[in-house]
Amino acid sequence: MYPEEFQYTKDHEWIRVDGETGTIGITDHAQKELGDIVYVELPKSGDAVTAAETFGTVESVKAVSEIYSPVTGEVTAVNGKLQDHPELLNTDPHAAAWLIRVKLSDPGEVQKLMSAEEYEAYIQEAESH
Amino acid sequence: MKEHPRHARPHITRDENLIFERSSPGKCGVDLPAPEVPAASAAELLGEDLSRQEIPGFPEVSELEVIRHFTRLSTWNYGVDTGLYPLGSCTMKYNPRINEVVAGLEGLATDHPYAPAELTQGCLKVLYDTTRCMAEITGMDAVSLQPSAGAQGELSGILMIHACMADRGNPRKYVLIPDSAHGTNPASVTTSGYQVKNLKSDAHGCVDLGELELAMTEDVAGLMLTIPNTLGIFEVHIREICELVHRKGGLVYMDGANMNALVGVARPADFGADVMHLNVHKTFSTPHGGGGPGAGPVAVRKVLEPYLPSPMVVKSPDGTYSLDYDRPKSIGRVRAFYGNFGVVVRTLAFIAANGGEGLRQSTQDAVLNANYVMRKLQDLYELPYNEPCMHECVLSDHRQAARGVHTMDIAKRLIDYGFHPYTTAFPLIVPGAVMIEPTESASKEELDEFIEAMRAVAEEVEENPEFVLKAPYTTRVSRLDEATAARKPILRWKE
Amino acid sequence: MRYLPNSPRDREEMLRTLGHSSIEELFAQIPEQIRFPGRLDLPGPLSEQEVLESFKQAAGQSTREYASLLGAGAYLHFRPAAVDSLLSRGEFFTAYTPYQAELAQGTLQAMFEFQTLIAQLTGMEVSNASLYDGSTATTEAVLMSLRLTRRNRVVVAKTLHPEYREVMATYLRQMGTEIADVSYGASGQLDIAALESALSKETAVVVVQSPNFLGTIERFGVIAELVHRSGALLVVTVNEPLSLAVVNPPADADIICGEAQSFGVPVAFGGPYVGFLATREKFVRQMPGRLVGQTVDTEGRRGFVLTLATREQHIRREKATSNICTNQSLCALAATIYLCLLGKHGLKALAEHNLTMAHYAADQLAAVPGTSIPFASPYFNEFVVKAPGRADALLSELRQESILGGVNLERFYPELKDHLLVCVTETVNKVTLDRMVEVYRDFSAQRQVKAAAPSGASQAVGQEKA
Repeated sequence: MYPEEFQYTKDHEWIRVDGETGTIGITDHAQKELGDIVYVELPKSGDAVTAAETFGTVESVKAVSEIYSPVTGEVTAVNGKLQDHPELLNTDPHAAAWLIRVKLSDPGEVQKLMSAEEYEAYIQEAESH
Repeated sequence: MKEHPRHARPHITRDENLIFERSSPGKCGVDLPAPEVPAASAAELLGEDLSRQEIPGFPEVSELEVIRHFTRLSTWNYGVDTGLYPLGSCTMKYNPRINEVVAGLEGLATDHPYAPAELTQGCLKVLYDTTRCMAEITGMDAVSLQPSAGAQGELSGILMIHACMADRGNPRKYVLIPDSAHGTNPASVTTSGYQVKNLKSDAHGCVDLGELELAMTEDVAGLMLTIPNTLGIFEVHIREICELVHRKGGLVYMDGANMNALVGVARPADFGADVMHLNVHKTFSTPHGGGGPGAGPVAVRKVLEPYLPSPMVVKSPDGTYSLDYDRPKSIGRVRAFYGNFGVVVRTLAFIAANGGEGLRQSTQDAVLNANYVMRKLQDLYELPYNEPCMHECVLSDHRQAARGVHTMDIAKRLIDYGFHPYTTAFPLIVPGAVMIEPTESASKEELDEFIEAMRAVAEEVEENPEFVLKAPYTTRVSRLDEATAARKPILRWKE
Repeated sequence: MRYLPNSPRDREEMLRTLGHSSIEELFAQIPEQIRFPGRLDLPGPLSEQEVLESFKQAAGQSTREYASLLGAGAYLHFRPAAVDSLLSRGEFFTAYTPYQAELAQGTLQAMFEFQTLIAQLTGMEVSNASLYDGSTATTEAVLMSLRLTRRNRVVVAKTLHPEYREVMATYLRQMGTEIADVSYGASGQLDIAALESALSKETAVVVVQSPNFLGTIERFGVIAELVHRSGALLVVTVNEPLSLAVVNPPADADIICGEAQSFGVPVAFGGPYVGFLATREKFVRQMPGRLVGQTVDTEGRRGFVLTLATREQHIRREKATSNICTNQSLCALAATIYLCLLGKHGLKALAEHNLTMAHYAADQLAAVPGTSIPFASPYFNEFVVKAPGRADALLSELRQESILGGVNLERFYPELKDHLLVCVTETVNKVTLDRMVEVYRDFSAQRQVKAAAPSGASQAVGQEKA
């Protein structure tokens, strides 16, 4: 379910690191909790993002959820498809519905995040409460 | 033989397109009087560049078609006149017809706000008398009827706190709000330039005195509190709460949304509130109208009186009424003119019809009805806070959710039994809330039918949850696709 | 009490079910010391007949026997009988906010029609489902512009309704937002040079009313160009929207907002009214207030729902686009019914009627010695008159003839001493207008007689100077 090559946050974002670039999205668990996603607000290319700080919002019909950046860096690309097709976040959150790409300021930050196995344990524990 | 429980049956409901689709050229729903002076065209009087030829797409229909169009639309609605409307926290009670009649009287409905005060004594008297009634009911010293609705009353109240604290030397930075509060509270606080600090409720759904003690620092201007709170529970320690806030130099804002649980029984000024608003559609039965107009009078103690919105209606020793604009410390205006006068007329008519005793009886009936429903349903629906309630009770879908049926589904199925749903998404501190407020307008007979329907739905959830998930079955439209509406908004008709 | 359906026996039975012997026990959670021991000192209880009598008395102390030339943001128009007849349908006026769409298609479709009518009237792409009134709609438009531009300076025409300006000041005071005024020129229109110097890179929004508070219609070509060149947004307030049937709406405005009371809502001593706010589609997510959207049900039938609710306070709480929790649904419904009745031709004919009669009145007044129409710009149904003497004295004279002659502008603009704002709608007939002109003529003549008398000469000159 949760790709091994990703790292995960407690706020349900994922990041896939490729050299100096990280691709960021929200997890399948997050999209399920939100329900039908209707709108996404994202930063622009060139904007700065900071680890554990919010960089955008995802909206369902009756909820707004902030998205927190797993890492610090500069936005190099934004997934434009989501403006017209926010439902991609429901159908393909781990691939087609990536949110932003970031040039990492400190690749070491990724080490502090959870692995797929740890994340699965984390959400299982959260659900059992 | 009586059929139990009774289901709703659909009745004739003609399809009716948008008025624009019904339009055809050359029709008009009014005939205007013939001009008394030679009519000039807009182009002549304004010049070609400024004048508009026509409004593209505007409807063209006869009077009868307008009557039928809106009459048909009305039959797709459900009102208090149709039946029980147990929306918790919304307080949908009977709207007496005489109130509509008096609000429409020539003189009251037709006086202009800038007509001279000497000639508008009737309107000014209505405003003045209403402020005195509000002061008596709340125990407060002064009242402004200017705020257009509850949320604007909140804003006015918090702005007054800001002005008063600033006069004392420091407006401070934060306002405390419990996590059970209405969404307007934090929004109004932010609009007033303060930041919100959330207070966690205790196990009884009330303010935690220990938490409050910690949170109430030198930076905090005050506390915004709904009483009874949004769980329908009275804050038992309200006096201690108010004393604590005052001791730390803060002020207490009471959200009076639930004042219908207290009228004639307790007065906010007596337990320590400094400022509060009233929602007249809740407590004083002005019609909700499908979402307004309301009015949100704001009542204050002496300490905040100088800051009330300007102008104020005053009465001279000679018995005449006028508008006082000489209020140097006022927060200013929050809207044009003097408030929703037409709504105030209905408010005063309701108070006068009831008198003090009638209002007290209404409070008692509202509380009795809510407790009756709560106790009759708590074996089938989870009761997260098992306390005696006041005007409303909050159950939850906890047991039904285990079968995959959530509060909204139960609410939708209730429609098929002929009732308006209860409140589903509030308060936020109860997941899957089933929030019921019968008001004093529900008879025991109607409550018993409602209880029977709620029990029948609970049974259906056990037997056939799939069936409940697709309700309602009897309405003009079935469940609507809200996700598509929000993804690709269509907000107007286009040719 | 006639509104309460529970009988004493019902109450007893219910109490017994709950295991209580008296109703007081249900209030045990309220500590004894803070319970109200007495009886509320209120009027009543009154029978229905007595309620009617008491309000009829109040209604008698009113201006109902007067002809009114008062406007200034509250316009007396004829209201077709169908409006009240339809509003009195209990399914409309006793319904709640349409959160349960399946039971509220009537309100929802009507609001969708309201949004469409306002969009057509203003020439904008989208409108919301109404706000409290014109003053708060204008203030909300300003707040929306601050969010969109992320700038913090507001430029406002001095000819925006003075009470709207006060409301804006109340809302903006705490936010540290600076408000700069731009005055009017000799023509009564916005002073373009003053606007130009008021604009800066910090300007978020420029607010201009048209027809403005002095009744004159603004020309927006140059204004819009200047505003947009500085990167600010242009908000246009319209508080006599009947004008939009004959006056082109400003195509370059970013937000057109205002007051729709003229459309079938009673003047009612200042409220309830119905604010509107229309804008471009790209700004919709920063709009305040409710929105109704079209969608389909599970079987593909067209239906309507409240939409984009995530902007609102009940979801976004302290981050909402506004603290507003309601619209003015019933007033918006009145406006919708009214606009449907009048329709394309009725609205235009009515607007031309207002236009014609107002120009007739102004022309007649201009011919009275000592009286003038100081602003030469085009106007709709409202204009400024320089009185032939003291405005208050003239208003008293008019009152003797059962005419409310207008608003004394000195109250809002000290420099406009003895200037009246006069509004002529279809509710005033030619006989009344001619009588008004006669009063002006007599008033002017009296003053000339006084001026001619040796003892009065210095006094009259003194008045001229003041």
